[in-house]
Amino acid sequence: MSGPPIPAPEPASGARRMALNLGPQHPSTHGVLRLMAELDGEVIVSADCEIGYLHTGIEKECEQKLYHQVVPCTDRVDYLAPLSNNLCYCLAVERLLGLEIPPRAQWMRVMLTELTRLNSHLVWLGTHALDVGAMSVFLYCFREREDLLRIFEMFSGQRMMTSYFRIGGLALEPPRGWDKPVKAFLDAFPGHIDEYEDLLTQNPIWLERTQGVGWMPLEDLLDYGVTGPMLRAAGLAWDIRKAEPYSSYEKFDFEIPTRTAGDVYARYQVRLEEMRQSTRIARQALEGMPAGPWKADAPKIILPDREKMKTQMEALIHHFKIVTEGFPAPPGEVYQAIESPRGEVGYYVVSDGSARPCRLHIRGPSFGNLQALPKMVEGRIIADSIAIMGSMDFVLGDTDR
Amino acid sequence: MLPESLKDNSIAAAVEGALPAALEDAKFGHGELTLEIVPSSVVEVCRFLKDQQGFERLSTVTAVDRYPAEPRFEVVYHLHSVSRNLRVRLKCRLAGDGPRIDSVTGVWRAANWYEREVYDLFGIVFRGHPNLRRILLPDNWVGHPLRKDYPVHGYKYSYAEPEAES
Repeated sequence: MSGPPIPAPEPASGARRMALNLGPQHPSTHGVLRLMAELDGEVIVSADCEIGYLHTGIEKECEQKLYHQVVPCTDRVDYLAPLSNNLCYCLAVERLLGLEIPPRAQWMRVMLTELTRLNSHLVWLGTHALDVGAMSVFLYCFREREDLLRIFEMFSGQRMMTSYFRIGGLALEPPRGWDKPVKAFLDAFPGHIDEYEDLLTQNPIWLERTQGVGWMPLEDLLDYGVTGPMLRAAGLAWDIRKAEPYSSYEKFDFEIPTRTAGDVYARYQVRLEEMRQSTRIARQALEGMPAGPWKADAPKIILPDREKMKTQMEALIHHFKIVTEGFPAPPGEVYQAIESPRGEVGYYVVSDGSARPCRLHIRGPSFGNLQALPKMVEGRIIADSIAIMGSMDFVLGDTDR
Repeated sequence: MLPESLKDNSIAAAVEGALPAALEDAKFGHGELTLEIVPSSVVEVCRFLKDQQGFERLSTVTAVDRYPAEPRFEVVYHLHSVSRNLRVRLKCRLAGDGPRIDSVTGVWRAANWYEREVYDLFGIVFRGHPNLRRILLPDNWVGHPLRKDYPVHGYKYSYAEPEAES
C-alpha cells in the first residue's frame, strides 16, 4: 500500500477533544433534551444541558384561565403522571379556599395517584431497560400499562390526559363496577413485578451496566435540588407522603424504600420497591373506600348535579356563574408540594382576589433533577450517560413547562 | 420588624435575632411562613438559614409581577429543611425599573437554573450568577413573557433580526 502513513493517535492529554451532541432528537433522552458533551476518547470530560425545546408557556396561559380551567393544563405538564399534577394543583387551590374534601374523594384520589405512580414507573422501567439494551422488559411493562390506561379511561373517559380531579373533589362520579378491574389489576400486579425482577435483578449485563454508575454524594444531590427516588436510593428516607401527609396519606400503611448505594442500580431497586408499596396503598384504598359524597359541599365552587340543575333554579344559577365567571379566591399565596413519581412537584398559587390565578408557578421535579446531570456524567463513558439519564426518569414536558 | 404574633416562631425569631436589619416583615398564612427580606441582604439570610437553621434544600425560585403596582416584582424563594421537616418562603420586593438582586447560587447550586428561568421569563438580573443566559426561550428572543405587560399571544416578531443579514 502506498500513500502517506496514517498518523498515530495523539495521546489523551486533552489536546484533541471532541464535542458530541446528544439530542435534541435522540431516542434515549425521552423527549427533546440536548446534552453537549466534551469527550476525551470515550470519556466525558464535561457536559452541559440545553432545555426549553418543549416550553409551552403554560404558566402564562394559566394566568388567563379561571381556576377550574387550569386543571386540564396541569395534565400536560407531566404527561406520564397527570393525576399527580391534578392533585397537587387541586390541593393548592383547596387550601387557598379552605375547602374540606370528603373522605371518599380523598381515598379515591389516593388510589388513583398511586395507580398513576405505577403507570409512570412502568414507562420508566420499560424505556430505561430498552436504552440499556433489554428490549423485552419494555413489552412486559407496556402490557400492564395498557390495563392501567383502561382503568383511567373507565374513570375519566381519557387514557392519558385524565383531568379527573377537580377543585373540591372529583370530576365525575366513579362509574358503576369500577372496583372490579382495579381489584383484578392489583391482584395480578405483584406477580408482574416478580416477572420484571426475574428479567433484570440478577441479569449480569444489567448489573454490569448499572452498578456503581451515576453515584453522587447525598449532600451534592440535595444541593442540586434533586428529589424523589434518586434521593432515596442515596439513603435519605424522605417522602412527602410521610413527611407532610396530604389527602389522608397518614391513614395508609406503607414504607419508604431506601438504598444506600446511590447508583443507577439502587434507583432501580427503589422504584421497583415503590411499585410494591403503591400496590399496597392502592389496595388499602380500594378495600377501605368510605361511602359518602365524592365532592365537597360548596355550591359556589363545584358544579351541581345534572339532575338538580334541571329541577332547581338555584343550582342552575350556580352552574351558570361557575362556568361563565368562575369563583374568586381570597387573596393570598399557597405552596403545595406532593410526592410525584419523580419527586417533589410543587404548585405555588398566588391569588389577588380575582377568579383567575395572579401567578401559578409549577415546580417540576424533572427540572431540579436534571440540574445534577452534567455533574453526574462527568468522568463517565458515553454508554454510562445513557444509563444515568434513564435512571433519572425525567419528563421534558415537566422540565420546560 | 417581626409582628407580635410571630415572636414565638423559631425561624422568624432566629432571623430577627441574627440579622435584624434584613427582615422587613413576616407573615403566617395557610400554615406557611413568609419572611420579607431586604433585597440587598438576601444572600446573607440564605446563608444563615442554610448553615445555622438546617435549610439544606432550595425547592424553587420564582417571581411574581404585581404590575402596575410598585415595587413591581417579588422574587420568591421556597426553602425546605428535610431534617427539621420545615418550609419557609422568602420574598424580596424589587422596583420595576431594571430589577436586580444578588444571586444565591453560591449558597445552593440548585439556584442556578431557577434564577436563569426567572431572568428568562421576568427579566430580573441576578448579580454574580455564573451563567446568566436564557434557559427556556431562544437566545435571540425579545422580551420577558411572564411579565404582566407582555401580551398572552406574544408579538408578531418575537426574535431579534440576525445582524449578518443586513
